[in-house]
Formats: sequence, C-alpha cells, structure tokens
Amino acid sequence: MTDSDADSGWFESVPPDDLEVAREVIENGSAESPKDWPKQAVEARFAEDKDNYYDRLHEAANYAARETVKERERADDQQLKHSIRAMDDCERTANELAERAAEWAGSLFADVDAGIEGAREVATRQPDTEAERRAVSLAERAVDLADEAAAIRGFIERTAPSVAPNLAAMAGPVLATRLIALAGGLETLAKKPSGTVQVLGAEDALFAHLEGRAPSPKHGIIFTHEYVRETRPEDRGSAARAVAGKLTIAARIDHYSGDLREEVHEELRDRIATIRARADADEEGDR
Amino acid sequence: MSDDPSTSADAPTSADAPTSADSVLPAGVERRTIGGEETLATRGEPVYGEPTDGDWRAWNASRSKLGATFELGMETGLAGGDRVLYLGAAAGTTVSHVADFAGPTYAVEFAPRPTRDLLAVAEPRDRLFPLLKDARAPETYAHVVESDLDAIVQDVATRGQADVAVRNAQFLADDGRLVAAIKARSEDVTADPEAVFDRAVDRLGDAYEVLERRRLEPYHDDHLAVVARPR
Ligand SMILES: C[S@@+](CC[C@H](N)C(=O)[O-])C[C@H]1O[C@@H](n2cnc3c(N)ncnc32)[C@H](O)[C@@H]1O
Repeated sequence: MTDSDADSGWFESVPPDDLEVAREVIENGSAESPKDWPKQAVEARFAEDKDNYYDRLHEAANYAARETVKERERADDQQLKHSIRAMDDCERTANELAERAAEWAGSLFADVDAGIEGAREVATRQPDTEAERRAVSLAERAVDLADEAAAIRGFIERTAPSVAPNLAAMAGPVLATRLIALAGGLETLAKKPSGTVQVLGAEDALFAHLEGRAPSPKHGIIFTHEYVRETRPEDRGSAARAVAGKLTIAARIDHYSGDLREEVHEELRDRIATIRARADADEEGDR
Repeated sequence: MSDDPSTSADAPTSADAPTSADSVLPAGVERRTIGGEETLATRGEPVYGEPTDGDWRAWNASRSKLGATFELGMETGLAGGDRVLYLGAAAGTTVSHVADFAGPTYAVEFAPRPTRDLLAVAEPRDRLFPLLKDARAPETYAHVVESDLDAIVQDVATRGQADVAVRNAQFLADDGRLVAAIKARSEDVTADPEAVFDRAVDRLGDAYEVLERRRLEPYHDDHLAVVARPR
C-alpha cells in the first residue's frame, strides 16, 4: 500500500478471490481513520452486498491470521535451534568447571565429590581463606550453568510441542529439537528424505563412508530414541529405518498442517513391536 | 440498539430500563439451567468444553470478565446484533459468546499462540473476524474495522489499558458503548487497586463519559468493569 491509499479500505486493490493479496493488505495496510467499509466495498463493486462483503472479510481475515500464525510459529523453530545449542554448551561447560572446582576444592576441603552434585555441595561451604573463596566461587559458577541448562531444557520442553506436536510426541521434545537443529529448521527437516533423517548427526561417519573408509552408518542422533537403542543390535538397522520414516512423516505433518495425528504414532508402535517380535521368536527357536 | 422480538419482554430498549439483572442482558444471552447450574448462556458451537444444552452453551462468568459484568447486572448497553470491536480476544473464550449474540465482530489479539485457538473459534462463526494486531496501534486495522460501531469490548490486561480504550474510541458511533475490564495488577502490582482504577477512569475521561464502574468480585479479583460512551 502506498500513502495515497491511506484512506482506502483493505479491499480496494484486492482482486476478487486473491487471498494472498488480501492477506498482504490486511497485514501491512493502514488507514488514518475507519470508514463505512462495507458500504464502500459494495460501491466499489468488491462485493455484491454487505452480507457478501462480510463473507469475504471472514475468509480473508481467517486466511491472513492463519498464515501469519503459522509463519511466526515456524520462526519458533529457530529459537529451538539456538536453545538446544546453548543447552549443550551450558551442560558441557558446567561439567568441565565442576570437575575443575572439585579438583581444586578437594585440595582444600575433605570429602569433595566429583560432578555437578559435588560442586553443589562445595558451593554451600563457608570459605575461610582467599583460595577457598575462589574455589567455592568457581563451584557456584558451575552450579549456575547447570541450572541454566535445566532452565533451557524446560523452555525446549514447553516450546517443541507447539512448534512440532507430532515430532515432539514421537521423539520427545529434546530429540525433536535436535533433529530440527541438525536440519536447520522444521521446514528443511520436513523436506529431507527419510534416509537422510536416519543419519542426521552422523555426518562424520557418513563422510568416512563416502570416502570409502567406513561402512555406511545405520543411524545418527536417532540412536538416542529408545525404539532404536533398546532394540537388539542385529535389528537396529530396521528399527532405525522405521523410526526415521515415521519421524519424517511427523515433521511433514507438523510443517504442513500442525495437528496431532494419532495414526502415525500407532503405526510406529506396531512396526517396532513386529521388529522386536523377531528377537522373541529367535529366542523361542533357541530353546 | 436492538428490537429483536425473541428477547424476553422486559429487555431494555432504552438507557432508563430497570436494572434488575435479567433486564440488562442483550437478546441472545439468556439465563438458563445447564447441567443443573444456573448460568448465562448463548447459542453457538461449543468452544472450550463448556456444558451445553441443545444449542445453548454455558458462559462461565469466572472465566470471562464480560460474563461477570453481565452477572453483576451492569447495564452495558450491548444488544443482540451489535457490531463490535473486541480488544484482547486471546483464545476466544469470551469473544465466542459475543459473536454468538452480536453481529459483525472484529477480534483483535496480538499474540500468535492464542490466535491459533481463536481461529478455531472464528471458523464456524461467519461474522467473527480475527485480526492479529496490536490494539495500541489502531491505524494498523482502521482499514479493516468499520466505523460507527455499536460497542468496543476490551480485556487486554496489559499496562496502559485506559490508553488503549482512548485510542480506539474513533471506531465508536456517537451513541456507542465501551465495556472495558481494567486489571489493577497489569498497571501496577504494588499500588492500591482503587487508586489504579481512579487513574484509569480519569484517563478514560479524555475520550469517554463513564456511565458506570464496578469491581468484578467475586468472579475476578482486583478487576474493574467500566461502561462508558464517547464524548
Ligand atoms: C486477559 S486476556 C483476554 C481474555 C479474553 N478476553 C477472554 O475472556 O476470553 C488478555 C489478552 O490481551 C492480549 N493483549 C494484551 N495487550 C494487547 C495489545 N496491545 N493488543 C492486542 N492484544 C493484546 C493478550 O495477548 C491476551 O491474550
């Protein structure tokens, strides 16, 4: 819209039935003051009568709001991407610092345990000397970072189900977020073939394979999914393929429609049950 | 504002109608017994799992400031078929009932998350128009929302509530009504709510003549309902 349109209604330059243009004008247009738009729209022959005008406005307003909501929620996938990386950084750094703090504090106090829990305990001690003050303070930093990681995890657990309800239900919010981050976003994930999704996160192994230095990887980050991890090694390839296939479908539903579809989840449960039944059958055979 | 004959005989047609609770309900809002409880109700598609009885759906005053405003017998001046601008529509709990009894209803909400739910409410209501807009910037929707509206219903619950109402006064007809909920804690968490309300009512005076004010207890703590008309 240009300035000369400052006092025209949203429908003024919208071709009939062009929802995209209507959306653009509803969203980005403006007017100095409201007018009797239904009347003007009928006069401008945008609509046959007021009822017809309201029907069109209903359609256009719903379309505009729906598309924008989708777009903004998609932008949330980028927030997920940052948050999972930040969470990993915080966890890794917290562990490193906790280790250093435990080593230091261990030279000053009795009974110092390793890890974040050890650091938590050190952080509560009363330092007497300058060295003790520094060691305790370092432990506090480690604890703070661990707490930050936990807070970010909470954010991911709340956000992922709204960005990608099916993916989050199937993979859990954290793995869903890792997949989104590895792919670069929900849209790019939705557009990847399931064979690629299967090895996301195993890029190094895949590269080695392509150079002829290693066998092709059977799974990437989806190894952390219990359906893969807890399936016996000889069936893991099939399980990984099944999980990757359904995760890909889940990502597509999430990207294109966004509603929870119970069937996909059930199909995966059935498929995994079938794969695991092989192990049981083999055991029977061994007896 | 309405002469719908389907309304009860004592429905108000003028500002000096009696103030007993039922007399001030717009046509299309009724007091009914649903699921054994007496409740306000409108006719329309159920939205949030509320109890229903045939076409009628219960309107829970504890979940809706406008519902509470009616329950407390305030004279809102709202009437069946009114053209309404609703500011702060959220997921559509209240605006769904408004669209059930009113005419064309413009629902402004600026947060995408609740708007997703609002869309489900608007879909089956063909005169409910969702607008993903900031109510502090009416020029961004003045090219969509028509002039001379019968009513503005406002429940934004953010700082500067009176200011939002003042800025949107331009949409109202001379005899239109503002029915606004003012949440004290949205303005100032520490101040005495009455002081916050006085300041808000004072600011409303820049564009409105306040006809009635009343706190929404026991339905909503520390909320004031205000009915006003443009100056
Ligand atoms: C208390 S809730 C409204 C509840 C709703 N009226 C109901 O009863 O169903 C307040 C809503 O106003 C929205 N809001 C706050 N400030 C706003 C603004 N400047 N423009 C548009 N919406 C706003 C918030 O996002 C929130 O959804």
